[in-house]
Amino acid sequence: MSVPYAKLPGWAEYGLIPLVNLAVAFLISGLVVLIVGESPLEAAYHMVNGAFGRGEYIGFTLYYTTTFIFTGLAVAVAFHCGLFNIGGEGQAYIGGIGVVLACLAFDRTLPWYLVFPIAIVGAAFFGALWAMIPGWLQAKRGSHIVITTIMFNFIAASLMNYLLNRVFKPMGSMSLETRTFDAGGQLPKLDWLMSIFGLSVGSAPFNISFLLALLAAFGVWVLIWRTRLGYEMRTMGHSPAAARYAGIKEAKIIVIAMMISGGLAGMMALNPIMGEQFRMQLDFVQGAGFVGIAVALMGRSHPAGIIPAALLFGMLYQGGAEISFEMPSISRDMIVIIQGLVILFAGALEHMFRPAITRVILGLSPKTRDAAVTKGA
Amino acid sequence: MSELAIELKGIDKSFGLVHANRNINLKVRKGTIHGIIGENGAGKSTLMSILYGFYQADRGDIVIDGKTIKIRDPNAAIAAGIGMVHQHFMLVENFTVLENIMLGAEESQILNAGITKARAELKRLEKEYALEVDPDAVIEELPVGIQQRVEILKALYRKADILILDEPTGVLTPAEADHLFRILGQLKDEGKTVLLITHKLREIMAITDEVSVMRRGEMVATRTTKETSVEELAELMVGRRVLLRVEKGEAKPADVKLSVKNLTVRDSRGVTMVEDVSFDIRAGEIVGIAGVAGNGQSELLEAISGIRRATSGTVLLNGREIDVTGNADPADLRRRGLAHVPEDRHHVGLVLKFEESENAILGYHDDAKYRRGMLLDVDAIRADAEAKIAAYDIRPPNPRLKTANFSGGNQQKIVLAREMERNPDVLIIGQPTRGVDVGAIEFIHKRIIEMRDQGKAVLLVSVELDEIRALSDRILVMFAGRVVGERAPDATEGELGLLMAGVEGRKEAAE
Amino acid sequence: MDVFQVFIELAQSTVRLSTPLILAALAGLFTERAGIFDIGLEGKMLGAAFAAGCVAYISQSVYMGLLAAVLVSVLLSLVHGYASITQRGSQIVSGVAINFVVAGSTVILGEAWFRQGGRTPALSADGRFGTVTLPFADAVRDVPVLGPLYSGLLSGHSPLTYLAFLMVPASWWILYRTRFGLRLRAVGENPGAVDTAGISVIWLRYRGVICCGILCGIAGAYLSLAAGAGFTKGMTAGKGYIALAALIFAKWRPKNILFACLLFGFLDAFAIRYQGYAFPLIGKVPVQLMQALPYILTVILLAGFIGKAIPPKAGGVPYVKER
Repeated sequence: MSVPYAKLPGWAEYGLIPLVNLAVAFLISGLVVLIVGESPLEAAYHMVNGAFGRGEYIGFTLYYTTTFIFTGLAVAVAFHCGLFNIGGEGQAYIGGIGVVLACLAFDRTLPWYLVFPIAIVGAAFFGALWAMIPGWLQAKRGSHIVITTIMFNFIAASLMNYLLNRVFKPMGSMSLETRTFDAGGQLPKLDWLMSIFGLSVGSAPFNISFLLALLAAFGVWVLIWRTRLGYEMRTMGHSPAAARYAGIKEAKIIVIAMMISGGLAGMMALNPIMGEQFRMQLDFVQGAGFVGIAVALMGRSHPAGIIPAALLFGMLYQGGAEISFEMPSISRDMIVIIQGLVILFAGALEHMFRPAITRVILGLSPKTRDAAVTKGA
Repeated sequence: MSELAIELKGIDKSFGLVHANRNINLKVRKGTIHGIIGENGAGKSTLMSILYGFYQADRGDIVIDGKTIKIRDPNAAIAAGIGMVHQHFMLVENFTVLENIMLGAEESQILNAGITKARAELKRLEKEYALEVDPDAVIEELPVGIQQRVEILKALYRKADILILDEPTGVLTPAEADHLFRILGQLKDEGKTVLLITHKLREIMAITDEVSVMRRGEMVATRTTKETSVEELAELMVGRRVLLRVEKGEAKPADVKLSVKNLTVRDSRGVTMVEDVSFDIRAGEIVGIAGVAGNGQSELLEAISGIRRATSGTVLLNGREIDVTGNADPADLRRRGLAHVPEDRHHVGLVLKFEESENAILGYHDDAKYRRGMLLDVDAIRADAEAKIAAYDIRPPNPRLKTANFSGGNQQKIVLAREMERNPDVLIIGQPTRGVDVGAIEFIHKRIIEMRDQGKAVLLVSVELDEIRALSDRILVMFAGRVVGERAPDATEGELGLLMAGVEGRKEAAE
Repeated sequence: MDVFQVFIELAQSTVRLSTPLILAALAGLFTERAGIFDIGLEGKMLGAAFAAGCVAYISQSVYMGLLAAVLVSVLLSLVHGYASITQRGSQIVSGVAINFVVAGSTVILGEAWFRQGGRTPALSADGRFGTVTLPFADAVRDVPVLGPLYSGLLSGHSPLTYLAFLMVPASWWILYRTRFGLRLRAVGENPGAVDTAGISVIWLRYRGVICCGILCGIAGAYLSLAAGAGFTKGMTAGKGYIALAALIFAKWRPKNILFACLLFGFLDAFAIRYQGYAFPLIGKVPVQLMQALPYILTVILLAGFIGKAIPPKAGGVPYVKER
């Protein structure tokens, strides 16, 4: 094997290239706005203003950010082990069971700070369980993890629909949701954190699970780069043959990596269920599992990249809501487009602008650059 | 004399910082077998890939049959009458022979008409060149020798007048190689021009008319084969006297450290790769396993080191059994004193995307000295890597550099340092110097001898017969999965060659 | 109702529901046999269905609708091709991306152009594919057994349905009996062999990807022009993924694809017909279980009851010339 591209300085590799990819994704999104007959600049203004214009808006942005940190970390952990977990959506959905069980059982008897840890364990447990099955099938039966996790998203949707219908819905209620939790099932908002910066959180559901997300990000960094398990996962991800040679148990590592990934995805459920709605509603995940893919790709599977990437998507979701309010022809589906374009340009086409950027930065002639691209010896 | 089939003028090619071909000039006369010899990495394959249109030269001209032409892609090469047999066969494994031969030369959009014609043409070629193959056999079920024949037929089917063979004998037994040489002789008699790329002097002396020598991307000399000698060519290749003998003292074998009994390994398809192999290795000796690549050596190494499950047999390490037919754990074997330098360092022995220091603990990452509480002790790991870098003169001396950025020789040193510095009882080494530069080869050979002298039991597998002869205290020869004979290191090359071909071995086994 | 009648009706709806699956799975066959994996079948179908709905409504011509569907789907295929062939990006990531871009833009554009909540306006008869009545279908209707089989099951489908079923042997013929098919299968197994034979790996793979686009386009058009009367938001509802599962289930062989798609179509038809129905012994089966059954079954089958499904050897791996 050889180095496929000429080496770039760190700021270009981890800063400039992702930014250029992102810029292109936004430019094309702007084009869609133009096609719809609106002004991209105006949309951009509403987006930024809607995301950061007021303390309350920032609170909403950070609320979404929390969600995406969890799902982004989930995808990233699996990536490090060479697994593409497209099932974050389903794992987050199933993770909701753990949160709901904890809240329904204890919200009337225990304070939130006791219910919260139980809910965390529950969310992680159910999310991990839902990811463990595809992981096990991959490890033991060779079923392709991409396909099985896709299937598990659909199965999770049906299962949750059933549970909400038959189990969690209070008697006599028509809407597909659990009862609203009492105080023990409601996480406190982080208004004290906002007030440090002289901002007011207002009605935004910016809650303590944000701190849990940051903690999880740090935990993932420690796991991947500072533990034997992380070392074994990375070895597996880069070269299964080397892992076997090193005596790493392939099946075990795959299953564990998927369980950690699923656990992180499951913990996402804490944020909307205990932090915003104080109940579980049908389809509360709302695509956050998929956003995780974009976040992980943009953040290059590193927590230090995932947090800003999650913030960006938080901004898109909150700002996007503002746009659709101000400019009705641009619904929130715009975010789905942007998300797709970010995945395309930061993921599948991540090297598209690299040759040009390399040429500019290193001042190489096109010829040497081509040679550098196909370098081998 | 005769006219030129190929003339290369001033061919130059760089890959990034690697200058693979420097101002190459070459003249190949029509109707001859022309050898191109050089060490691994001398630039032979690059040059041939340029001739076949796989790469474009940065500078220089290619003249075929007196006409200067541009070869932009393999199509242009084929049109110019050039055919190539690649080192790794370019065959579709689940296709039949006929489908492979037709691919790219089907003649019509619908296959049926072409098939009949192709079948007839193939018959004719088979007759003309005595290259029998079953046109309906599926490639993956054919032995490599026959697969190579299909490659040659592919070129002839496309009416090639110039045939390039890139390291054609690497995967062949001596007998198969001899057969190939007869075919090449016949092609020459038919007026075809053959370019034979190899790093084996024996082949050059046996069948070429002329030979050109490449060294570090340059064409250093062209000789008429009859007027040169192995010694001269070897010197031209390496640039100095070849070290044929490694300095080493008498072996002092002590207790048996590794004992292999009746080991049989079948692969996932149920094909027997290793059959009923038994041998002992004592402390303080090097046992070399000679054989043509693909005769079960790789599987033997993998089974002993716990990477591949054996079908039956037992292996004792320091007198204690290894569960080779069950769940032998490579990590556990390491703890019990077995170190393993795998044949394929790029995919097995190293993780190329890891930092050097991370690779320096691969397989030993469980060790308490790399741990601090529940976490990995990164400082200890880097300090440890730095010590090994110094002891093995690994360059550049940077434990944080990505492993992919080290040269082949230095990568191999990273693996060796990791496995040898553990003070193992048994050291298993596969292809210690494959793709390694000359300077590093010497260093590696010395280290292996040192390990022996420190009382380690060393099992060495190499496809380089010279290496086996230079290092081993005893030589086992493997053929078709069996150990077909044992020889002392002073056995002649011819004697070993016959064993490797399975000729002598069968007799021996029968007696 | 008598059992035979039920069987005919179930079989008829199986055929209808299998049609888009067959087309999409065959689409996947062409691209994956060329070594380009594609989990973007869903997005391409959705984009095609939307284009078909828009253009058929505006032009009042079903054929213009079909053409637009194919064009959009091919265009999306080319994006996937560019990312995975030219740029050598991850094929899975690219497929995921395309699914999202399409899911979002069909809603945004549909809403901007028609303002019907992400739908395209309902199509009149001219804008839709009618049904084909086979010769004598009415005459033989009353013949016992064969009559209903012929006029109830074989007759009365959209032309695209007949096309889909014809595409199965046609795909087989193309893959195994033409030069293009030989090369396409070769490039999915060993692109090096194709390259050294003087054939462009890149162009060949692009052609595989384009074939996929065409078939996905027809599959999408079927949804909005034949099965429905216009486009509705997210109308593929996972059919692209089911087709993908069917393709794997079928071990990348045309004949098996037919059976796999018919099986999944049947499951769907069964779920629709029997939701809320109380079976003897089992009782009422929750509708959600019925909906999930194709996915559950696929997982179970993937887990080891399908023998060994060996994907094209070079699948998913970008081609890089190497020495």
